[in-house]
Amino acid sequence: MRLLRALAKLPRGVASWLGERFEFEDSVMAVLRHPVPRELERPVGWWYVLGSATLGIFVMQVVTGVGLAMTYVPAPNSAYDSLQFISHGATLGSVVRGMHYFGAGAMVILVLAHMTQVYLFGAFKFPREANWLTGSLLLLATLAMAFTGQLLRWDQDAFWSIVVAAEQAARAPVIGGWLASLVVAGANVGGATLTRFYATHVFLIPAAVFGLIGLHLYLVVKRGISEPPVPGIVVDRRTYRARYEAMLARGIPFWPDAAWRDAIVATAAVAVVFVLAAIFGAPELGKPPDPTNVLADPRPDWYFLGYFAVLALIPPATESIVIVGLPLFAFVFLFLVPLLWPDGERHWSRRPAAIAAVALPFIAYASLTVAGIESPWVPKLEGGTLPASVTQGLAEPERRGADLFVSKACFACHAIQSAGGRRGPDLTHVGSRLNRDQITARIATGGGGMPAFAGSLTPSELDDLTTFLLTRK
Amino acid sequence: MNELSRRKFLSRLTVGLTAAISAIVGLPIVGYLVAPLFSAPPDDLVPVGAITDFPLGETKLVSIRDPSPLAWAGQTADTALWVRRREQSGPQMFQVFNINCTHLGCPVNWQAGAKLFLCPCHGGVYYSDGSVAGGPPPRRLFEREWQVSGDRLLVRQQPLPTVKQG
Repeated sequence: MRLLRALAKLPRGVASWLGERFEFEDSVMAVLRHPVPRELERPVGWWYVLGSATLGIFVMQVVTGVGLAMTYVPAPNSAYDSLQFISHGATLGSVVRGMHYFGAGAMVILVLAHMTQVYLFGAFKFPREANWLTGSLLLLATLAMAFTGQLLRWDQDAFWSIVVAAEQAARAPVIGGWLASLVVAGANVGGATLTRFYATHVFLIPAAVFGLIGLHLYLVVKRGISEPPVPGIVVDRRTYRARYEAMLARGIPFWPDAAWRDAIVATAAVAVVFVLAAIFGAPELGKPPDPTNVLADPRPDWYFLGYFAVLALIPPATESIVIVGLPLFAFVFLFLVPLLWPDGERHWSRRPAAIAAVALPFIAYASLTVAGIESPWVPKLEGGTLPASVTQGLAEPERRGADLFVSKACFACHAIQSAGGRRGPDLTHVGSRLNRDQITARIATGGGGMPAFAGSLTPSELDDLTTFLLTRK
Repeated sequence: MNELSRRKFLSRLTVGLTAAISAIVGLPIVGYLVAPLFSAPPDDLVPVGAITDFPLGETKLVSIRDPSPLAWAGQTADTALWVRRREQSGPQMFQVFNINCTHLGCPVNWQAGAKLFLCPCHGGVYYSDGSVAGGPPPRRLFEREWQVSGDRLLVRQQPLPTVKQG
């Protein structure tokens, strides 16, 4: 009985021995107990948890990533098969890969949410400018991880994404050609490309992320967590530090008075990712990365679909400027934010321009994402047939015209009764809009983005096609 | 005074030695990593098939294999090309197109009925001779140098074509 009682005390004894010998009391615990403003005890404290949730997901990404690296083969001739094995053969492989996949989406969402909160609370202002700058670099690193991770899937989408990335890099002035060959690690996407992206994804960027997280957290502790903003109380560089010190004098220790909220939200984030992975598993790979298979339809993961849409929708003349300039502008702007507005009002209700600066890009990107999902500019390459309601009861030559509509790929870009592509105008009622001469001229000479078909249709075919279209009223 | 300059000397020595370590470790690794930038691009003539494989007036997909791929390259050592037989013989006999759209490199798809190349990414369209018919492409399809040797068609290997190179 006495032995049992002694044993029960053992864990506590070991912990205190370790803590004392490793001097945790002066290091880890002192840092964890750093004072934070007393206001964080109130419900407003729930806004301060997004960074910790991001960190929780990041740790999960590291752990699941190490797990995947134990099986994944980063060689072009084996990567696809090793991923199929992870997804379908390995015990729990689908869950681990699923966690890594949904975790990547969670990282992008949480980093952006964290950043939005910090921006709207004015927490980037003096003296926390460097927190924001390191955070901006971490956003960049997160997006780079998301992109390189998609490439490691090494399916058809991944292969063509690398080609597209190299072509975009090539648009950069002066160094474009170098950048492109650096992206593909040679002249073409091939044997050397995947190993480089692998090393970048598992060594280079994570090393930078570890360093940046360390610096970010050091600054969070050193500069202190910003107090919840109050309308009318402005940041003044001469008086802020003294005011904040006074606030901390009656503050609360982060551990455990504030940390429990962080723990709850971080747990919830990791649990959501786990549940998604357990239910849906790892996403299916696309077709194998065969460069000679031209039946490709490359798409990035959902958070990059908006950018994918931009590349289709902007006027071609402005393209090189947009491809290079837009991301550059976005990140330069991000880095300039704390340098341009280091003081003044912090509360979002007194910063209408800041609200617009958050809302407009979010709305714009959301609508671009919808456009990217629908991709109406993409011709329907897989073919198809006109609905029976269109072809039924057609006599010659309308029947021949209807066949030509499909075989000459009009169908790829034009819809009739919602069958067909959406690149060009819907032709369900074209017969009531245009007369025979107008239709014939438009098909023969094209225009407004439509190719000229005079070279691929005989005069009688053109005639039949027009006759068919005239019946569409 | 003496003590101060001694400290200055020692700190400079330490910083200098640290820089030397960085250089010793960094230079070989940087050279190793940027080497692909300076390697000569592939420039061989590779056979893609017999001339009789390409009927007059048709455009066909051919695949060629990198003559010296890395052992683990797998399928990525293959490249596809669109070969158009324009004439029975002579210097206008063939047109050999890269499959890469000149917009951002996605693979274009030949629609024999419509006599158009269509791109699945952002909707680029080209005529059978490679000229732009619609969509965002800034220039016509890239063409490759070809040669007829005996009854074989040979095509020159090439790095990934980009708008700048064109």
